[in-house]
Amino acid sequence: MNAPPILVLNDLRRHFAIRNAWGVRTAWLRAVDGIDLEIGRGEILGVVGESGCGKSTLGKTIAGIQRPSGGSIRFEEHEIGNLSPSAGRALRSRLQYCYQDPGASLDPRWTIGRSLEEPLVIHTRLSHRERTARVHQVLEAVGLPLRHLALYPHEISGGQQRRVGLARVLMLRPSLVILDEPTSGLDVSVQATVLNLFATLREAFALTYMFISHDLSVVRMFSHRIAVMYLGRVVEIGETEQVFTDPRHPYTQSLLAAVPTIGGRRVTESSLLEGEPPSPGRLPSGCRFHPRCPHATTHCVSVDPALMPLPGDRRAACHYADNRVIVPGVPASPPAPPPSRQAGQQPP
Amino acid sequence: MKTLRRILRDRALVAGLVIISLLVLAAVFAGTLATFPGDVTGFDPGARLEPPGPVYYLGTDRMGADLYSRLLFGARLTIMVAVLATAVAVLIGVPMGLVAGYHRGWFSDLLMRVSDVFLAIPQIVLAIAIAQTLGPAIQNVILALSATYWPFWARLVYAETRSQRNETYVEAAVAMGASPFRVMVLHILPNIASSIIVRTTIGMGGTILAAAALGFLGLGAPPPAPEWGRMIAESREYLPQAWWYATAPGIAILLVVIGFNLLGDGLRDVLDPRIRRGADGN
Amino acid sequence: MGTDLLRVEELSVTFGTEGGVAQVLDQVSLSLQLGEIMGLVGESGCGKTTLARAILGVLPANATIRQGRIIFGGEDLLALTPEEAGSRIRGRAMTFVPQDPVGSFSPLFTIGDQIAELMRWKSPDREADTRAYSRSRRRSDLARTLAMLRAVQLPDPPQLLRRYPHELSGGQRQRVMIAMALLPEPKLVIADEPTTALDVTIQAQILKLLRTLATESGASVLFTTHDLGTAWEICDRITVMYAGQEAETAGVAPFFERPAHPYTRLLLDSLPTGRTSLQGIPGSVPSPFAPPPGCRFNPRCPRATGVCAEVHPAEAEIGPGHAIRCHHPLLAAS
Repeated sequence: MNAPPILVLNDLRRHFAIRNAWGVRTAWLRAVDGIDLEIGRGEILGVVGESGCGKSTLGKTIAGIQRPSGGSIRFEEHEIGNLSPSAGRALRSRLQYCYQDPGASLDPRWTIGRSLEEPLVIHTRLSHRERTARVHQVLEAVGLPLRHLALYPHEISGGQQRRVGLARVLMLRPSLVILDEPTSGLDVSVQATVLNLFATLREAFALTYMFISHDLSVVRMFSHRIAVMYLGRVVEIGETEQVFTDPRHPYTQSLLAAVPTIGGRRVTESSLLEGEPPSPGRLPSGCRFHPRCPHATTHCVSVDPALMPLPGDRRAACHYADNRVIVPGVPASPPAPPPSRQAGQQPP
Repeated sequence: MKTLRRILRDRALVAGLVIISLLVLAAVFAGTLATFPGDVTGFDPGARLEPPGPVYYLGTDRMGADLYSRLLFGARLTIMVAVLATAVAVLIGVPMGLVAGYHRGWFSDLLMRVSDVFLAIPQIVLAIAIAQTLGPAIQNVILALSATYWPFWARLVYAETRSQRNETYVEAAVAMGASPFRVMVLHILPNIASSIIVRTTIGMGGTILAAAALGFLGLGAPPPAPEWGRMIAESREYLPQAWWYATAPGIAILLVVIGFNLLGDGLRDVLDPRIRRGADGN
Repeated sequence: MGTDLLRVEELSVTFGTEGGVAQVLDQVSLSLQLGEIMGLVGESGCGKTTLARAILGVLPANATIRQGRIIFGGEDLLALTPEEAGSRIRGRAMTFVPQDPVGSFSPLFTIGDQIAELMRWKSPDREADTRAYSRSRRRSDLARTLAMLRAVQLPDPPQLLRRYPHELSGGQRQRVMIAMALLPEPKLVIADEPTTALDVTIQAQILKLLRTLATESGASVLFTTHDLGTAWEICDRITVMYAGQEAETAGVAPFFERPAHPYTRLLLDSLPTGRTSLQGIPGSVPSPFAPPPGCRFNPRCPRATGVCAEVHPAEAEIGPGHAIRCHHPLLAAS
C-alpha cells in the first residue's frame, strides 16, 4: 500500500437545515459530520450502519450529488469537494455513484440502450459507432444480452436492473465506484450472482469500490476494510476480519451481535442493544453513542471521543477502545465458524 | 398492438375519437360535403328560415343560407381557433412551467404568482376584456384565448416537473452531468407528456366553448364568417318560429366539446402509466 | 408433538390477470402445531404471502381457490361463511402482523383510538359482554391494552395512546402492531415479513419480543420471510417454498444442517457466510403463467431427471418432522 490513496476525505461534513413552516432554520441535521477516510487504489471499503447513520449521504457527497458543507475530498490527487458542479464534472467522470435502486435511477421512458449511451454523449466526443461499440462491450461485461438494449427498465427483472445500473456507471471507465446498497431488495440466489459480477468487474476494469450496505454478512464477505458509521460519524474502521472478530467500539459490538448467524448463537437468546438511535437533528452530548452504550461513563457524557488509532491499522472512536470491553451476549472470543464456513478464511 | 386493443376497449375514448375525426373530416372536406357552398358568404332571400328537409338538411337561416353548409365551413374556423389558441397557450405555459418547476427560486415564484393572478380572474371575463379591446377579428379571439389559458398549462407542468425533480432518475441524470436543458427536455418532458396531452385535449373543448361564447357576444370573426357562436347569437330572435336555427350550431358545439372531453378522459386512462401498470397485474 | 392447530391440505390458488391465469399456489400442504413458530421461507414470487393471505381469508378479488382445504382448530375455514370467518376467526383467533406498519395505521387517528376500535370488536371479553360495549369492558380492555403495551416494551403507554402513528419510529410502530395482534388472545399470529423494513438491531429486538410473547401466550406463529438468518433466529420449524410449491419442511436444526431438497441446499449456498466466492442459482424463477410441469424447480435443478418434469413429487417423510417433495433428495446420497 505504498501507492497514494485514490480517495482521501478530511473532516467531510454535510449538514441539512431543518426549517419550520415559515422557512426559518430551527436546527441542523448533521447527516455527515466530520469524516476522515482513505481508500487505497483497488481496495473495497465497506461502509455499514443503520438507516439514518449518513452512509448514503456520505456516498452522494463524495459523488458530488450533494455539496459538502465543509471539509475536503481529494480524489486521485485533486481536490473535488469545493468545485462547482460543472467544474467537477470532468474529474468526477472517473468517480461514479451507483444508485441503490437502479430501476428508479433509469428514465422509465428511455430504452436501456439510450440510457447506457447517454454518459458517452454528455462526456465524450465519440462517434455514434464508437459509442455503440462501447455500449456493446460493457453490456457484455455485465452479462446481459444485446436484445436488452431495446427494452425499457420496467421490462427487466431486479437483478438485471442492477446489471444495467452498473453498466451505465462503467460506461465512462471510472476508477472508483460507489455502490449504494447494491444488493438490497434482491433474493439471495440473485444477490450471489450480482456479488460475483462485482468481483469479476473489479478485476476487468481495475476498479476501487466503496460498498455501502446495511447487510453486514455481505460486507464481510466482500470488503477488504470496513467503516462502521453511527449518526454521521465513523466510529470504527479497520481490516474487515479484524473488525468482525474483535470489534472495539461498543456500537460495532452491538451491531454485530444483532446479526443473525445461522448455526451460531440465537440473538433472541442473548441480551441486546436497547432503544433506537436518536435523530441526527438532536445529537446527544459527548459521545453520540452514550445514551445506548452499556458501558457509558460520565466521561462519555461530556467528552466526544476522537477516532483513535489502535494496533493493526485500526481506529475506533471510543474512550475505552483499547481496553477490552465485553458486551453481555457478545462472545469474548470469535464465534465458532458456522458449519458451512471454511476455516481457511479466518485471519490468524 | 396491446395499446391498440386497450384503446378500442375504452368506449369513451372511441366515442371521442369518432366525434373528433368527424369534425376533422367535416372541416377538410367542407367544400365537397357542403350542398350549398356558395351560402357560406352569399345568401338567398327566397329561402329564408326554411325548416330542415331533403333540400336543406338542417334548414336555413334568416338570410336564406343553408345551415348544414355553414356548419361544415364553421368547423374549419372552430378547429383553427381551437388548435391555434391552445397551441400558443401550450407554447407559453409548458416552458414556463418546466423552468419554474426545475429551478426553484425567486424567478419561479414570480412566474407562478403571475399565473395565479391570471387564474384568479374568471377566464371568460378576461378573454372578453382582451377581445373587446382588440376589436372583433378571428386572430384577436385566438390571442385573447391563449393569453388567458396558458396558466393552466404552466400550473400543470410546474407541479409535474416539481414531482419529477425529486425522482431518482432525474437526480441520476444531473449527477451524470447532463445540463439542465437536457434534463428538462429529454428526461422530464417525455415523462410528463401524457399529462400535457390529456390536459391539452380537454383544453381544446374549453377553448371551443370560450370561442363560441366570444362569437355569441359578437367578439369573434366578423360576419359573414360561419362562426358557430355567432350563428347562435343570430338565431335568438327567431327561436319561437325556427327551432332548428339555434339547435343545429348548438348541438355541433355540444358534440365537439363532449368529444374532446371524452377523448381527453380516455387518453388519461390509456397514457397514465400507473393505471397501466395496475391493469397488467404487475 | 402436540395436535395440529392449522393444516393446509393440497391448496391450489390461481390469480386471474390481464396477462392470463397465474398459478400462484400448486397443491401446497402445511401443518402447524399449537405453540410452535413456523417459518415460511422463500424468494420473491414463491407464494408465501399468498399462502398467508389464503389462511387469513384475505385473498385479493381476482384470486380463485382451485382445490384444497384449510383446517384451523378442527374446522374447514373455506367452508365457513365470510361473516362467520370475519367474526370468529379473522382478527380474533387468527391475527396478522404486516410487513409495513405505516400502511396499516390510519394516519388520522391516535394509536389509542385505533386500539380501542380493535378492542371493541375483537376483545377476548366480548363474548361475555351482554351490552353493546359496557363500561366495565371498556375498563378491562384499557387495562389489557396498557399491560400489553408494557409487555412489548413501549415507553409510557398512557402517553403513547394519545400519539399519532407518524410520531412513532418504525420499530415502535411494529411493537404496537405486535401488541394489537396479541391483544385478542389469538391462537395463531400470521406475521408477514415483520422485520424486513427494520434495521438489524431493531430487528433483533422485535424478533426477541415476538418469540417471548408468543411463548408466554401459547400462540402459534406463522412467520413468512425471505431471510434465512431471520428464520434461523425465531423459528422452530421451517417450510421452504419455490414457485408456488412447498419444497421442504424440517425443524430448524435439520433444515440448516441436513437439507435434503436440492433447492434448499442451493439457497443455503447462496448465503454470504464468509467464503470468497458465492454460488448463486443459475436461471431464474419461472413465470407463474406458464410454470414448468412436474416439480417446478426441475429446469434449474442439477439433479433433475426426466421424471421431475412429469410428476409433481409427493410429500415424503425422511425423518421425524422432516418432509420433502423431491424425486432425488440429497439425503439418500449421503
